[in-house]
Amino acid sequence: MPRFLREYFNRNGVGLGSIMLGLVLFWTIGLIILPQLSMLDFSFRPNLPPPEIGGPKDLYTLENYKYLIFGPEGGSQDYNAVDLKVFYRTLIAAVLVTLFNLMLCYPIAYYLAQTNGNHIRILALMLIIPYWINEILRAFALRIIFGESGVLNNLLVGMGVFDTPFDFIRNDIALYAGLGYAYILLMIFPIYNVIESLDRNQIEAARDMGASWTRIHRRVVIPYAKPGISSGCTMVFMLSAGALAAPQILGGPSSLWFTQLIYQQFNDNSDWPQGAAYAVVLLVTCILLVLALMRVFKVNMGDIGK
Amino acid sequence: MSAGVGVNLENLWIRFGDFVAVRDANVNINGGDFFSFLGPSGCGKTTILRAVSGFLEPSEGNVLIGGNNMKGIGPNKRPTALIFQNLALFPLMKVWENITFSMEIKGASAKERRKRADELLDMIALSGQGDKLPSELSGGQKQRVAIARALCAEPDVLLLDEPLSALDLKLRQHMRSELREIQKRVGITFIYITHDQGEALTMSDNVAVMRAGVIDQIGDGKTIYNDPNTAFAASFVGENNVFRGTVKKVIGDEVMINTNRSGDLMARISSSNVGKMKEGDDAMLFIRPEAFSLAPLGTQGDHFVTAEVHKEEFEGNVFNIFMEGEGGKEMKVSLPNLGQSFESHKGEPMTLEYDVHNAVALPAGVLATE
Ligand SMILES: Nc1ncnc2c1ncn2[C@@H]1O[C@H](COP(=O)(O)OP(=O)(O)OP(=O)(O)O)[C@@H](O)[C@H]1O
Ligand SMILES: [Mg+2]
Repeated sequence: MPRFLREYFNRNGVGLGSIMLGLVLFWTIGLIILPQLSMLDFSFRPNLPPPEIGGPKDLYTLENYKYLIFGPEGGSQDYNAVDLKVFYRTLIAAVLVTLFNLMLCYPIAYYLAQTNGNHIRILALMLIIPYWINEILRAFALRIIFGESGVLNNLLVGMGVFDTPFDFIRNDIALYAGLGYAYILLMIFPIYNVIESLDRNQIEAARDMGASWTRIHRRVVIPYAKPGISSGCTMVFMLSAGALAAPQILGGPSSLWFTQLIYQQFNDNSDWPQGAAYAVVLLVTCILLVLALMRVFKVNMGDIGK
Repeated sequence: MSAGVGVNLENLWIRFGDFVAVRDANVNINGGDFFSFLGPSGCGKTTILRAVSGFLEPSEGNVLIGGNNMKGIGPNKRPTALIFQNLALFPLMKVWENITFSMEIKGASAKERRKRADELLDMIALSGQGDKLPSELSGGQKQRVAIARALCAEPDVLLLDEPLSALDLKLRQHMRSELREIQKRVGITFIYITHDQGEALTMSDNVAVMRAGVIDQIGDGKTIYNDPNTAFAASFVGENNVFRGTVKKVIGDEVMINTNRSGDLMARISSSNVGKMKEGDDAMLFIRPEAFSLAPLGTQGDHFVTAEVHKEEFEGNVFNIFMEGEGGKEMKVSLPNLGQSFESHKGEPMTLEYDVHNAVALPAGVLATE
C-alpha cells in the first residue's frame, strides 16, 4: 500500500476511510469520468437508427468534428460559417463576461474582506439570498427588468434618457447582465477568501512607505489574491461558456450561444453523436484556453484549489 | 548628537467610541533620541504610535513632527516609517524588493534599487541574501529586513511596535544592542514600544511609562528606576517591595510612614511629590530588593525591617531571599554574594536595614499587576 493511502487509513480508520474513499471514487469515476468518456465515444460515431447501432456501419469516424468546421457534405459553403461564428462568439462573450465579472467583484470582495462590522454580514447575506431562487426564475426576473416595457425601460424613458424603450434583449445587454449576475458569487468568494487572509498590516506597511492605492493593489493585494482571482475566473468562464438557461431566456433572437446548438443537436435533431462532438470541442477548447491563460499569468494548478 | 527631527504630542486624546485609549498625552521627544513607550498590554502604546504614523486621527490635540502639525496628513505623506509588531514583510516579493519598496514608489530604476538593497543588506549583515523570499529567512533575519525596509525610506522618525516580541530571549538581547547600534549610526529619532521594562531601560535615552491610556512619567532610565512618579511606575519598572501605610510626619523631603506591618519607616519623598504629601495621607513606600542589607537580628528603628524568611535562592552573584511581605505577597531581598556567610532559615525571622535615601515614598495608587 502506498504511504499516503496508509496514512489516510490510519487517520480515518479502515471502515470510515473505505466508505469515504469509495464515495469519492464513485463520484469521480462513476459520475464524472465514465459519462464523459461515453460522450467522447459518442462523438466519434455516426448517427445511426437504433437497430444499426453496433452493426457494420457503426465505425469510428471524424464526421461529426468535420461537420463543425466544414458544414454538411456538399454544402454551399466551404466552412460551417454559422456554427463556427456562434462558437467563437460564445468564447469571446464568455471571456468578456468573466472580465466584467472580475472588475465588478474584485472591489466587492476586497471591501468585504478588509472591512469589519455588522453591515458586512448583511451585505454578504444580500449577495447570497438571491441565489436561493432558482436560476430560471432569476433569468425570467431579469427579463422582466430588461424587457421592452420592463422596469428599467420605464425608468429610463420616464427620466427622459430614451425617447422610446431600448431593446436590451436584442442588444444582448440582458444576456451579459444575466450571465454576469449568475456567477457573481463564484467570483466573489474565492477572491474574498484569499484577501481575507491577507494581513492588513501589509497594506498599512505599503501605505506607510508612501504607496498610492493603485500601487498597493497592483503590488500587494492582487499578487496575493491571484490564486483566488484565477479560481474565480476559471469557474465563471467555464460556467458562462457552458450556460444554457440564461442564453435561452435572455438571449436575443438572432444571437445563439454555442450550448444552444449542442442542445438542438441532442434534442431537436436527435443527433447525439453530433451534439457530443460539439460538446467535446467546447470543453476541450475551454480547458486549453484556461491552461494557456494560466501559463501566461504564471498560475499553478494547485493555486486554483485555494 | 546631530539635531534630528523631534516629535511632540500636545494634549493628545484618542477615543474609540466611549472608550478613552489615550488621555491627554503630552510628550516631547528630542530629535535623534531613542525614546520608548513602556506599559502593560492594552495601555494604548500602539494607539499612540498609530497616531504618530498617521493611521489614526487624534480625537483631540496635536501630533507635531519636526515642529509641523500633522493634522490631515496621511501616513503615506509623513516622514515616519513604522515597523509593525508582526513585521508585515511582503511575502511574494524578494528580500531586495521588500527593502526597496519605498524607492519603487518614487520611481527609482531597478539598478539603483538593487544597489541600495545591497548596501542595506551589508549593513544588516545579510549580504547576498537579497534574492530570497521572506519565508526563507529566520525570525531574526526577517526582523533585520524589516528594519532595512523602514530605513530605506529614509524616514526622519522610525517607529517600532514591539518588534522584538516574537523572538526568543537570546536573539532578543542580541537585537537590542543591534538596534541601538543602528540608531546611533543613522542618527534619526527612534520611537520604540515595549512592555518589557528591561528592554526600555537598556536601549532608551528617555522612557514614557504608560498605564491605561495615561502617561505616568517621562524620564531617562535612571530617573524612572530611582525616582518614580507614581505607585504604578514604581511597581511596573523593575522589581520593588511595597509597604502600605499612612503619613505620620513630613520632615523636609523625607517622610515617616506608619506602615501596616513594619511600624514607622522613613523614606525619601519622590521628587515630583515633594510638598504634596501631608500627615494622614495614604501612602506607599517602595524599597528595591537590592537596597537592603543585613542587620543584627531584632534591631529596632525607622529604617529596619524584620520579617520571616520563606525561602532562599542562590543566583550566583546574589542571594535572593523571599520573606513574608504584605497582603500575602512575598518581599524580595537580594544580597550581593561577597563570600559572607549568614544564617537564614526558613520560618525564622531576619532583620534588614536600608538607606533612607533608597526608599521612595509615594501617594497610594494603583500597582502594576503581574
Ligand atoms: N480600533 C479600535 N477600536 C476600539 N478599541 C480599540 C481599537 N484599537 C485599540 N483599541 C483599544 O485601545 C486600547 C489600547 O490598545 P493598544 O493596541 O494601543 O494597546 P497596546 O498598549 O499596544 O497593547 P499591546 O502591548 O497588547 O500591543 C485597548 O484597550 C484596545 O482594546
Ligand atoms: Mg500594541
